[in-house]
Amino acid sequence: MAKTVLVVDDSPSIRKMVQMTLTAAGYDIIEAVDGQDAFEKATSSKVDAVLTDQNMPRLDGLSFIRKFRETSHSVGVPVVFLSTESDAALKAQAKDAGATGWMVKPFDQNQILAVVKKIVGA
Amino acid sequence: MTGFDDMGAEIFREEASELLQSIEKGLMDLEANPEDTEIINSVFRSMHTIKGSGAMFGFTELSHFVHEFETAFDDLRNGRATVSKELIGLSLQACDQIGKLMEAAEGTGDENNRILASLRQLLHPGSESVQDDVQVDPVPDVAQDAEQAPSGDITTVIRFWLGADAIRLGNNPALLIDELRAFGDTKVRALDDRVPTLGDLDPTDCLVGWEVEIAANLSDDDIDMVFLFVRDEMDLTVERRGAKPLPTEKTAPVEEAATPVATKPESKQPTSKPQAPATPTAGETMRVATERLDELMDRVGELVIAEARLQALTGASGDPAMLSVAEDIQRLIAGLRDATMSMRMVPIGSILGRFRRLMRDLSSSLNKPLEFVTVGEDTELDKTVIELLADPLVHILRNSVDHGLETPEDRLAAGKPEMGTIELGARYSGAEVLITVRDDGRGLNPQKIREKAISKGLMTEKDDLSDSEIFRMIFQPGFSTVDKVTELSGRGVGMDVVMRTIASLRGEIDLTSEPGHGTTLTLRLPLTLAIIDGMLIDVGGERYTIPLAAVEECVELPATHAVGTGGSSYLNIRGELVPFLRLRHLFEIDGEAPEFQKVVVVSSAGGRVGLVVDRIIGNYQTVIKQLSQFHAELKFFSGATILGDGTVALILDATQLVALGREVEMRARREAAA
Repeated sequence: MAKTVLVVDDSPSIRKMVQMTLTAAGYDIIEAVDGQDAFEKATSSKVDAVLTDQNMPRLDGLSFIRKFRETSHSVGVPVVFLSTESDAALKAQAKDAGATGWMVKPFDQNQILAVVKKIVGA
Repeated sequence: MTGFDDMGAEIFREEASELLQSIEKGLMDLEANPEDTEIINSVFRSMHTIKGSGAMFGFTELSHFVHEFETAFDDLRNGRATVSKELIGLSLQACDQIGKLMEAAEGTGDENNRILASLRQLLHPGSESVQDDVQVDPVPDVAQDAEQAPSGDITTVIRFWLGADAIRLGNNPALLIDELRAFGDTKVRALDDRVPTLGDLDPTDCLVGWEVEIAANLSDDDIDMVFLFVRDEMDLTVERRGAKPLPTEKTAPVEEAATPVATKPESKQPTSKPQAPATPTAGETMRVATERLDELMDRVGELVIAEARLQALTGASGDPAMLSVAEDIQRLIAGLRDATMSMRMVPIGSILGRFRRLMRDLSSSLNKPLEFVTVGEDTELDKTVIELLADPLVHILRNSVDHGLETPEDRLAAGKPEMGTIELGARYSGAEVLITVRDDGRGLNPQKIREKAISKGLMTEKDDLSDSEIFRMIFQPGFSTVDKVTELSGRGVGMDVVMRTIASLRGEIDLTSEPGHGTTLTLRLPLTLAIIDGMLIDVGGERYTIPLAAVEECVELPATHAVGTGGSSYLNIRGELVPFLRLRHLFEIDGEAPEFQKVVVVSSAGGRVGLVVDRIIGNYQTVIKQLSQFHAELKFFSGATILGDGTVALILDATQLVALGREVEMRARREAAA
């Protein structure tokens, strides 16, 4: 069965790019526009992985990850943290919050696919 | 995966221009409330998104520019700088520049540097231009092919234990082992020496280790790449066995962990607090291509037509069971129609942002201080209508500032506040939306317009017109009261273009003006374009539809007028003279008119005309179909609709008919005067 990936970004263009890339590779995609939206979707439907941006209105990526990790829905669900800054401190914060992996923007389609394959398998 | 880039760039542009608008709005709000950190944060966030997405879709220069802009703005966020008029002005320039970079995507470097240098100068007076480059460090290329190290008989033995939390956090040891398998033949063995006795075991902890023996020589980089995300928390040993033993037994962690980071307890509050957006987000939305909505609307239209046919058939059959089903379908279709139409509705506030910017620019370039007030931003209109409205509104607003408002000196002399007010309002009124542009300027001068209209040959000295009729002259092609052409308005194309656009939307313009107190222009627009309520009438056996919104009343044609063919006649309706047109005559229909004819009085743009018809059939859901190019010459019809029995009925254009009525009336007055 196709794996479902929740893509969280307030930028429609990035969501679209990720969605097209992953759909073409056979994943099912759910999109969320900010951390709050993501939290609601991640806790109400079954997702196999989450890719989340940091800078978003309402609830940012780190806060979303923390909140999500407090719930049982997050058990065994990898979360990849996407950020613009290649800042080691931010990466460490993301890890602390419960992120499984990270990616630095800009990334291309091959990179996103490689990371998703890496954490959830084909 | 090719072919994405173009499309991606297009999506990015669309998104970025929306963000840019919200930045501009934020900047202008900020000018009014310099202390509002929420606005600053929201502007910052929008910039950040443009930067991030821009870099992804190859807008490197843009991304770089926004980064610098963002850096400058960061000082505001951190309280190292304060909001000033200069800063807002420069920031708006920067926004324009972003817009340019978005379109061109190529070198406008000098302008970039000039704006950035000014920004820096403003925020850090005296400091040298700091050239901190964007650190876009590309993610390590995890996609690189698993290369086989060409190294004879060396086998690599990797032993690893992921952290106890690893599986809870979504790591999957099996996937890691799969990645290692890609390097060569692999033997895997579980290491259970760290697994405690059953009593102490938390089954969700990941305590098993793995020993993976790979028949290949993996470099440290290869291994780092496999364990990229878990490297910090894991225990890893690597051993290379074979002909030439390499330096072995390398223990983790390596460079990643070399940056010591104070780990914070999980319970700690989020470091960056959730930021509420400056304007409330209206529910959850998704983007749908306009064509799809158009298609949906088309189909609903077809459904309405099919339903009318069904009504006709069931009505004729008289079968009660059929009738009840038909009624259900009718109700459902009405609901579907309303829901479909509401999908196409967007709040008019979505274009107001552009106007705020325009007004600000106009105010400063014309040196007329003004306050721009908007009312009813959440009034919704069909998206197509809103888009087509933008240009006319820009023109009207320009006119209001340029021609309407006086100079500050004149205002003070007239005892008015120095600062002028321009109000743009929107509200519902029945099935219409009224958009008003009101200024508190000098008002229109009927005498001046009259003279101008006469000199342009638009009317004659003899014509005795009311003020409101004279005001309407400004909508005539080629009319312009101000001789001096400013940079902003008065370039020959004028209010007539506005009028045409509004008329093409089946809308109307009302104009009122009070000398010395200002002018109010009201655009009346139908809520939607696709389906309207119409009144079906019969003239000489042909059926026509009149938009119900235009119908004022229906009266009997008095017997005294029953015969006659002439174009001009009047009807006395409660003491008011209303000109009427015989549609039989207008459409050149032969034959005898029935004994009792009806008059449908339609109004448009303040005028009225009675239309003499044979018979009024009743109200009818009218799905508007555009007439083809071949019918562009047909002045009196705005479209066509398909009736329940499959025949076509033309839709009468009330505006044109009223205009014809007025023409007829003027001619009659002239003849009477002569």
